[in-house]
Amino acid sequence: MTAAPLLEARNVTKQFVIGNRFTAQGLRTVHAVDAVSLKIMPGETVGLVGESGCGKSTLGRCMTRLYDITGGELYFEGVDITTKTLRQMRPLRQRMQMVFQDPYASLNPRRRIRDLIAEPLRVHLRLSETEVRDRVRQLLDVVGLSPDHMDRFPHEFSGGQRQRIGIARAIALEPSLIVADEPVSALDVSVQAQIVNLLADLQERLSLTYVFIAHDLSVVRQVSTRIAVMYLGSIVELGSANDIFAKPSHPYTQALISAVPQPDLKKAGERKRIVLTGDVPSPINPPQGCRFHPRCPFATDKCREERPVLTEMAGTRSVACHYPLTA
Amino acid sequence: MLEVRDLRISFRTEHGRVRAIDGVSFDVAESEILGVVGESGSGKTISLLAVMGLINDPNAVIEGSIKLRGRELIGLKASEMRKLRGREIAMIFQDPMTAMTPVYTIGWQIAEQIMVHERIGKKAALARAIDLLAEVNIPNPREAIERYPHQLSGGMRQRAVIAMALSCNPALLIADEPTTALDVTVQAQILDLIRKLRRVHKSAIVFITHDMGVIAETADRVMVMYSGRVVERGTKAEILLEPRHPYTKALLDSIPPLEGEKPRRLKSIPGSPPSLLDLPKGCSFGPRCPSRFDKCAEKPPLEGGAHAAACFLKAAP
Repeated sequence: MTAAPLLEARNVTKQFVIGNRFTAQGLRTVHAVDAVSLKIMPGETVGLVGESGCGKSTLGRCMTRLYDITGGELYFEGVDITTKTLRQMRPLRQRMQMVFQDPYASLNPRRRIRDLIAEPLRVHLRLSETEVRDRVRQLLDVVGLSPDHMDRFPHEFSGGQRQRIGIARAIALEPSLIVADEPVSALDVSVQAQIVNLLADLQERLSLTYVFIAHDLSVVRQVSTRIAVMYLGSIVELGSANDIFAKPSHPYTQALISAVPQPDLKKAGERKRIVLTGDVPSPINPPQGCRFHPRCPFATDKCREERPVLTEMAGTRSVACHYPLTA
Repeated sequence: MLEVRDLRISFRTEHGRVRAIDGVSFDVAESEILGVVGESGSGKTISLLAVMGLINDPNAVIEGSIKLRGRELIGLKASEMRKLRGREIAMIFQDPMTAMTPVYTIGWQIAEQIMVHERIGKKAALARAIDLLAEVNIPNPREAIERYPHQLSGGMRQRAVIAMALSCNPALLIADEPTTALDVTVQAQILDLIRKLRRVHKSAIVFITHDMGVIAETADRVMVMYSGRVVERGTKAEILLEPRHPYTKALLDSIPPLEGEKPRRLKSIPGSPPSLLDLPKGCSFGPRCPSRFDKCAEKPPLEGGAHAAACFLKAAP
């Protein structure tokens, strides 16, 4: 890693306060993201995985400053964006875009596709209407939609096509970073693969960098160069996609991977399933010590008292565990 | 035990009649797990809602035959069906929150169901509820019966719904995507539980899912559906290892692997599933099929005995 990171998070923390703010009754703090440090290098895809409530989506939204962060620092293309105001962020937004899970919710149902895709162009660039039209046509082509679709409304499209429209909007301004939050989860299996392939093609053509947030581990493995596994707001393991799946070091990563049902019957016998007991604890009142210890099959007294920090191991792997599984 | 023959379900809509299910036949044997796979709109849920007698839409037209232990369910009076439902057949849904009322405790909801079907007092029913919650591995079942649905996590709620479905020891349990809304580690716990139910209660289970991995973990036999028809059926090994229908093959190929070399690109199926309002002539998978040929303009019948596929190609190896 010689190049400068495209985006760097240093000890990023995000807390939400819930309860009645007016009477201050029952006010509690949700520790959604807890001191996460992560460097996103240009051209790579970093997958964020974890179960619901682990903070992966919140981290993604902090990275694009859709949320203000509670603590820590954020650098984008070398610029400190931690405390930039909305107005100051605006030119930077051209360079960082998001793709969401449900493209239907992010597309205005009353507007035609041509206007939906032209919107970011009109907001950020000064183009003539002819230029806008040409660009929209070109974008539709890039994401695999026909120019005949220009005058249709979002409801006239299938889920996969809608996600293509969402992607066309995201790449319209030629960003360097795209944070994709569960972009294929709402799609049928047969359509999922199309979108995964489209994202890979676009990365190559437009030299994009992705942060790919998903709970489906096999999809994340397919698209990611590196993977960060999150549990209760922290990264517990970070490493190259292939290595992490072949030899997980954190007991949580191991259990998570082993829990994925696999359709390959030939390998079914070789796989050892680790079934974790219980549910993910609440981020309002996270456990002391290692946050995974109540569910960890290997937990000791040390794990109950002392919180492990993310430490670099051999190669590019980092693990937050007192007793990492030997690789 | 369950025999479904030539089930056809259509809805009268303002755009004309929409055929949601077009001649679906299947059997479920005692203590067998039948997996039903398909994408959204393939008809997997609606065909089993018909088995439950839960299609109340006045515009629905249901034809064919559904026999449970020899008894015809189509045309059964609502009051008769209500006696059967819960006692003989029970269903669990994807979202457990919709299956429970938010205003009563878990214990009350399970006990009520038992009291409706059996002559039993409230105390005894509540005691049964505690046993059931213990059986589905809910910690502290005595305290859990006092809780309301919103106080439980997703996994715990799904367990409570399973306990409710089991309360009268039904012969047939229909599980509609019971783990889709859950995290993988919790999904693994629920799948374990479902396998245990079959062992202990000898219930027959119909497991509806879109996840081939879940099928591999649970089912004995599999039925693959596409746009309202069964396109292939067979044992789990036949479907997963030697799929015959191009759709089943393509579906399996499009799943990214968890181990080994990553493919540079995933094999995807072009296009999207057809709208039921505008089904293609002949084979409904035809327009997306890589091996389509002239004959596919006709509707392929489901043929081939135990491992059957609805495809003209199947004859040629």
